[in-house]
Amino acid sequence: MESLDLQKISVRELNQYLHKELPTKGITQLEILNPDGVHSIAAGMDAPVDIDIQGHGGYYVGGMNKHANITVHGNVGWGVAENMMSGSVRVKGFASESAGASGHGGTLIIEGDASLRCGISMKGIDIVVGGNVGNFSCFMAQAGRLVVCGDAGDGLGDSLYEAVIYVRGKVKSLGADARIEPMTEQDYAAVKDLLGRAGFKHDPKEFKRVASAKTLYNWNADANQEY
Amino acid sequence: MCGIVGLLVKNPKMRANIGELMMPMLIGMTERGPDSAGMAIFTEPVNKGDLKYSLYAPSMEFNWQGLAHDFDAHLGSRVSISSQGNHAILVSHLESSTIKTWIKEHYPTVHVLSVGQSIDVYKDTGLPADVAARYDFPKLSGTHLVGHTRMATESAVTPAHAHPFTAGEDWCLVHNGSLSNPNSLRRKLEHEGIMFETDNDTEAACRFLEWRMREGDDLHTSLQKGFEELDGFFTLLMGTKDQLALVRDPFACKPAVVAEHDDYVAIASEFRSLARLPDVKNAKLYEPMPEELYIWKV
Repeated sequence: MESLDLQKISVRELNQYLHKELPTKGITQLEILNPDGVHSIAAGMDAPVDIDIQGHGGYYVGGMNKHANITVHGNVGWGVAENMMSGSVRVKGFASESAGASGHGGTLIIEGDASLRCGISMKGIDIVVGGNVGNFSCFMAQAGRLVVCGDAGDGLGDSLYEAVIYVRGKVKSLGADARIEPMTEQDYAAVKDLLGRAGFKHDPKEFKRVASAKTLYNWNADANQEY
Repeated sequence: MCGIVGLLVKNPKMRANIGELMMPMLIGMTERGPDSAGMAIFTEPVNKGDLKYSLYAPSMEFNWQGLAHDFDAHLGSRVSISSQGNHAILVSHLESSTIKTWIKEHYPTVHVLSVGQSIDVYKDTGLPADVAARYDFPKLSGTHLVGHTRMATESAVTPAHAHPFTAGEDWCLVHNGSLSNPNSLRRKLEHEGIMFETDNDTEAACRFLEWRMREGDDLHTSLQKGFEELDGFFTLLMGTKDQLALVRDPFACKPAVVAEHDDYVAIASEFRSLARLPDVKNAKLYEPMPEELYIWKV
């Protein structure tokens, strides 16, 4: 398997290789060594390749990813898989803030905890978190699904649009316009599918659904700015 | 944006090379703060009754021996002084107010960076690597330290505006973020007779917390009051003679990550500053939660 070492090349050289040369060589698998918290590792991927990052990543690991399946054998900093389009990113450790921010598609799996603002403004990405999520997760999330196997912090799903959140543990507090809704058969099937993709063995029956009450969808002149 | 680093060594053998261990941490935060850098290091305390003063002069060729000589002549008290370019550490048993007043009157361009039994402070403008080389940071030894790299967003880039800020004795603070109410805080503290040296927002937080502790609050209570009074974004890392403390604002707008190892506790804005620490692979890594107080004792 091809190995690229960030002790020996810069992240710019790495990413230029991944963007330009890699797709012409037909490589399907590679690993990145000594990531050591460097930013933007394997950002902007546009090739169906499996990438293993051996260590802790910095900010924006796998940002804007298309097609690639990226596994981080460690933790990541802010904005992992931000604006992901397709493919997958798996984090074996914990993810710092704004994981999967604005993601359009693909699957982000975080085996540990995700910090604050997980899935902020997500637009179609699926996120599965094995542990807890921090405050303000799914803030203004527009589409896609967030599955939380642990607990959720304050202000979950504030100002949600059409994204749906499934939480197994406790919700510290719901954000404005977010509400707990009954699970349907479709919801159980969705959670089962997402847990299966992540490889987490929980019973979908343990999850509850959080979605938008849609009271913010239309301007209410009588609300007197009190929401 | 700014970068924060902190290191507390638990293994006494590592005290001699704490400066060397810290170097990659500080350099790792260069992109977060390329305009100034600084460090507060806590060393073996000076003799009982003595205090040491970190001093900053505007010139690398400053005549520190001349200052020591004048001090002796005016105040009738010998001082020990060790200098490195525009920085010196002066040790004296005289009252700190006497010394500060004397320096202000006779050497108005010399800035007192810190006062205490254990604390030495170094800070200046320039890239972190240049500031570290200027004061030979790798050679420093001590039990714990607090470092900062600055990218100014709210006040001028000068040595005095660089972090760490200090107040009182053996107390320092570095800050990543910005406060929105430093001026009202400052007006409040000025009524208490507290003087400011810069218009920097962090100095307001630093003097507020030190004032609360001087009034009898412990670190925990003073920080609780800090949460009530300080408005804005902050990750604050503080040093006292025997502890490091960290807090983040309720929205955790600024990053922080901690590595706890049998030999040390290291704190940084980002993991890239922890990556070169010895055996960091076996450290427990975690992100401090918003609005929680973390304290590590020497």
